[in-house]
Amino acid sequence: MNSIISTRFLNLYYNEFHALKGITMDIQPNTVAALIGPSGCGKSTFLRLFNRMNDLIDGVKITGDVLVNGKDIYADVLDVVELRRTVGMVFQKPNPFPKSIFENVAYGMRVNGITDNQYIAEKVEESLRQAALWDEVKDKLKKSAFEISGGQQQRLCIARALAIEPKILLMDEPASALDPISSAKIEELIWELKKDYTIMIVTHNLQQAGRVSDTTAFFYLGELVEYGDTKEIFTQPKDKKTQNYITGRFG
Amino acid sequence: MSHLEIELKSLKEEIISMWKLVNTQFEKTHIALTSLDKDLAREVIAVEKRVNGAELKIDKDCENIFALFSPVAVDLRFVLAVLKINNNLERTGDIAEGIAKFIISVDQSFDHSLLEKTRFMLMYKEVLTMLNEVLTSFEQEDTRMARKIFERDELLDEINIQANAITADYIRSNPERIDQALYLLSIIRKLERVGDQCKNMAEELIFYVEAKVLKHAAGKSVN
Repeated sequence: MNSIISTRFLNLYYNEFHALKGITMDIQPNTVAALIGPSGCGKSTFLRLFNRMNDLIDGVKITGDVLVNGKDIYADVLDVVELRRTVGMVFQKPNPFPKSIFENVAYGMRVNGITDNQYIAEKVEESLRQAALWDEVKDKLKKSAFEISGGQQQRLCIARALAIEPKILLMDEPASALDPISSAKIEELIWELKKDYTIMIVTHNLQQAGRVSDTTAFFYLGELVEYGDTKEIFTQPKDKKTQNYITGRFG
Repeated sequence: MSHLEIELKSLKEEIISMWKLVNTQFEKTHIALTSLDKDLAREVIAVEKRVNGAELKIDKDCENIFALFSPVAVDLRFVLAVLKINNNLERTGDIAEGIAKFIISVDQSFDHSLLEKTRFMLMYKEVLTMLNEVLTSFEQEDTRMARKIFERDELLDEINIQANAITADYIRSNPERIDQALYLLSIIRKLERVGDQCKNMAEELIFYVEAKVLKHAAGKSVN
C-alpha cells in the first residue's frame, strides 16, 4: 500500500541543536499513528513538520524529505495554505475563536472564499456530526464557543479542522487537558474518524496510544527508536529503550 | 523501585512460595507412598487447602495489577505467565492430594516387582526433579534450564504408555492384586499429568522472558 505520509533521512535543527536525527518513516492512509516518547524527544517537532508549523520558528533547518501524498512539502513551489487545507491540526488546549459555534466551524470555508451559505450550513452540520458534537450543540449554534465545556470545545476544534475536508489530521495531545469522559469521547472520535482520515497523534498517555492507534513510534533524544504495530510495541517491543519507556522504567 | 516493580516483586515471591509448597506436597506424597505412611498422606490432604488459598490470593493480586497498573510488554507477560502458572500449580496440588487419597485407600505396600517393571520410582523421581528444576528456572529466569523440561517430559510419556501393557500382564498373573495394580496405574497417569503441568510452566517462563509462544509448537527444545 502507498504511504500517505513519509519521511526520508529527515533531520531538523533548531540552530545548533539537532532535534530530529535521520528519521525515515511511512504512515499508511486511514490509520492512526501515535507518537510517544519523553518530553523533549522530538515527537511534537516531528508532528509539526507535516503542516510546516516549524517554519514559524527562527533558526530551523531541515534536511531530507517530507512527503505528503507523494509530494515534497518543503519544495519551493508548494503553497503552504493549500498544504494546510490537506493537513488539519488540533492542539493540546481547545482554542475556539471568539465567535459563535457555527462561525467557528464555518471559518475555514469563509477564509477559503466559499460564499454559498446553504453549502456552509450543510458542511457545518456534517462536520459537527463527524466530531460527535451535533446533538449537543444543534440548538445553540449561535451561542459563543466559550459557553460550551472544554471537552465540547475540543470537539468543536476537531469539527473546525474537518470542515475544510483535510486528508490528514495532526493531533498534539488532544485529550490531555480534558476530564476522563471527554477524553474517552475524543478517543472514540479518533477511532471513528480514521475511516475517512489519516491521523497522527502525539500523546503522553501510553494507554491512550494503545487504545487509539494502529501504529506507534517511539522517539528518544531526537531518534526514532522503534516504529511498528501498536500491539507489538506494547506486548513485545524489540528495543530495550522502548521497553524501559513503556514500562515506566525511564522517561 | 517503582510502585509497579514492588508489586511485581511481591507477586513473584508469592508464586515462588506457593510453588515450594506444592513441591513439598509432592515430596511428602512420595515418602508417604514408599513407606505407606497414611498420616503423612492425611497431612498432604489437609495442606491442600493452603495451596487453594494461595491460588485465590495470587489470582486476586494479578487482577489488581491489571486493573491498577495496566502493565505492558515484559511486565504484562510476567503477570500473564504468573496467572497461568498459578493455575498449573493448583492443578499439580490437586494431583498430590489425589495420590494421597490413594495411599489412604490401599491396604498394603505396592508390590516391589510391579514398581520395578513399570519404572514407577524412576518416574516419581523424575517428576520431583522436574518440579524443582522448573521452579529454579523461574527463580533465575533461566530459559535454557526451562527447555530441558521438555526432554524430561518425554521419559514420563514413555513410562506412561508402557505402563498399560505391564499392568495388564501383572493383573493376569496376580488377579488377587488387581486393586493395587489399578491404583498404581492411576498414579502413573497422574504423574504423567504433572509432567505436562511442568512443561506448561516452562512454556510460560519462556513466554515471559523471551516473548516466544511455544504452546502447540513442535521441536520446542530446539529454539
